[in-house]
Amino acid sequence: MIANAQMVETQIERFAALPLDCGSVLTPVDIAFETYGELNANRSNAILITHAFSGDAHAAGIHRVSGRPGWWDNMIGPGKAFDTDRYCVICSNILGGCAGTTGPSSIDPATGQPFAMTFPVITVPDIVRLQKMLIDRIGISRLLAVAGGSMGGMQALEWSVAYPEMVAAVIPIATTHRHSAQQIAFNEVGRQAIMADPDWDRGSYYLQRPPARGLAVARMVGHITYMSDSSMKEKFGRRLNGREALTREAAGFDFSAEFEVESYLRYRGSQFVDRFDANSYLYITKAMDYFDLSYGRGSLPAALERAEARFLLVSFSSDWLYPPYQSEEIVRALRSRNRDVAYCELSSQYGHDAFLLEVEEQTELVRGFLNSTYQRVTR
Amino acid sequence: MSTVREVLERRDYATIGNIIDPKSRVLDLGCGDGALLAWLKDNKDCDARGVEIDRALVQKAIARGASVYQGDMAQSLSDYPDSAFDYVILSQTLQQVANPVTILREMLRVGRRMVVGFPNFGHWAVRLSLLTTGHAPSTSLFPFKWYESPNIHVLTVLDFEALCAAEKWTVEHRIFLAGSSRVSAMPNLRAEVAVFVVRK
Repeated sequence: MIANAQMVETQIERFAALPLDCGSVLTPVDIAFETYGELNANRSNAILITHAFSGDAHAAGIHRVSGRPGWWDNMIGPGKAFDTDRYCVICSNILGGCAGTTGPSSIDPATGQPFAMTFPVITVPDIVRLQKMLIDRIGISRLLAVAGGSMGGMQALEWSVAYPEMVAAVIPIATTHRHSAQQIAFNEVGRQAIMADPDWDRGSYYLQRPPARGLAVARMVGHITYMSDSSMKEKFGRRLNGREALTREAAGFDFSAEFEVESYLRYRGSQFVDRFDANSYLYITKAMDYFDLSYGRGSLPAALERAEARFLLVSFSSDWLYPPYQSEEIVRALRSRNRDVAYCELSSQYGHDAFLLEVEEQTELVRGFLNSTYQRVTR
Repeated sequence: MSTVREVLERRDYATIGNIIDPKSRVLDLGCGDGALLAWLKDNKDCDARGVEIDRALVQKAIARGASVYQGDMAQSLSDYPDSAFDYVILSQTLQQVANPVTILREMLRVGRRMVVGFPNFGHWAVRLSLLTTGHAPSTSLFPFKWYESPNIHVLTVLDFEALCAAEKWTVEHRIFLAGSSRVSAMPNLRAEVAVFVVRK
């Protein structure tokens, strides 16, 4: 029975139409989601978890079909940071994704074929608009919190200004209000790696071979940016696969994966191909690059002036992909509009991956912040 | 954190709490682990926020539910709009900041009132220590060797009064403490700690 309590399954909700920023309307649109914990009587204890670039709706518990734990299972569950004994936690797969929510690999009802590159270009506000439709349908008028790391943090920020009356608190972790040139550059390398693969075939590979090599290379670049120099040094150093040192007798003097870091990246790249769609990679990274919280709202402070929520921002000292200064820009803009903000730069050597790994310290912060927010909401 | 602050912050709470009106908007500069913020929220229903530079203390403060952010006091103040708070508190750190007058002016821009608490360098034990030993004073209030001390701008009650007069600030309340008891006569000689409530 205890094991069953944590077994979860993904549900799908369908909506007739979703208008997009680009002017198109998706008809219909599906959204995949999971829930953990129970809604209370006045529905004031719901927390929406927004996932990062390659995440999915399976954030916590053990999936009934795959048997796999959720991607943030160390943070969500009974007695954990997002305590499902107290709160009802919801996580949905983002629009444009490939894990149940409508995306480029979905069938276009107009043609009966996968959308592929005919899928409209989407934005973070589009992604959040669909989440809002789901929350409306569940019957929640105000979320206790929206929380997420990396691209999930962008969604949390967008929630706070797009639907201010619907969010009591937001927890953007290791994120930014807009991508820097460096962040766009890394995403572009990933996109070009996919598009340079002949198997990509302008995106219409669904009935043939997927662009596995291009997608794997894109993921390898991604993994480098998620780690830090020191975490890679610790994890791999210059260690070799199956030998002590490079000698004339033993060394291959070829381009096989001799260093551990090479085989690790190749492994992560090929593993990613099995679970992720190359066109989703293109669309979602583009949405991240387009994201600018101030867009259409004047400036960052003007955008955040709309927010009514409390904020808890967290960054990590060794995160060079989403460096602490980007979180601090948000904190300063919030201060300039006298908004309620808590912020901490946690010490970690894990780089951007820290938001998935530094459980203990994040738990302390999130638990205290949610607790005091919940007290205010229920008072 | 310095011993001075550890000892004195506790002593200040009830005092500062009695000055601050319920439901006020309060900013605590150098708020440590957020104990004063939590006290203000629980007892005065204040919208209480804090700034702290020390990462470990910020973590503790957020974990207890306080809206605290990690940052530099001067930069944080400069971000805020005018009159964002009813009170801005600087408890036992005035003597440790690089530009005390700049900080105080900013406090009165951002807050309608400021509450400033500091250890009194004019206390008789300090004077006696210097007079009798000939060394930089070492007392329970100022326990540091000169080269270890975080106190870079020590001041007396008279010094603070003079600054308020020069800046044309109005002192609304003065609270002088020695141990846990109030001091009324000869505060510059007898007070260990002074707490001033000041407005423009």
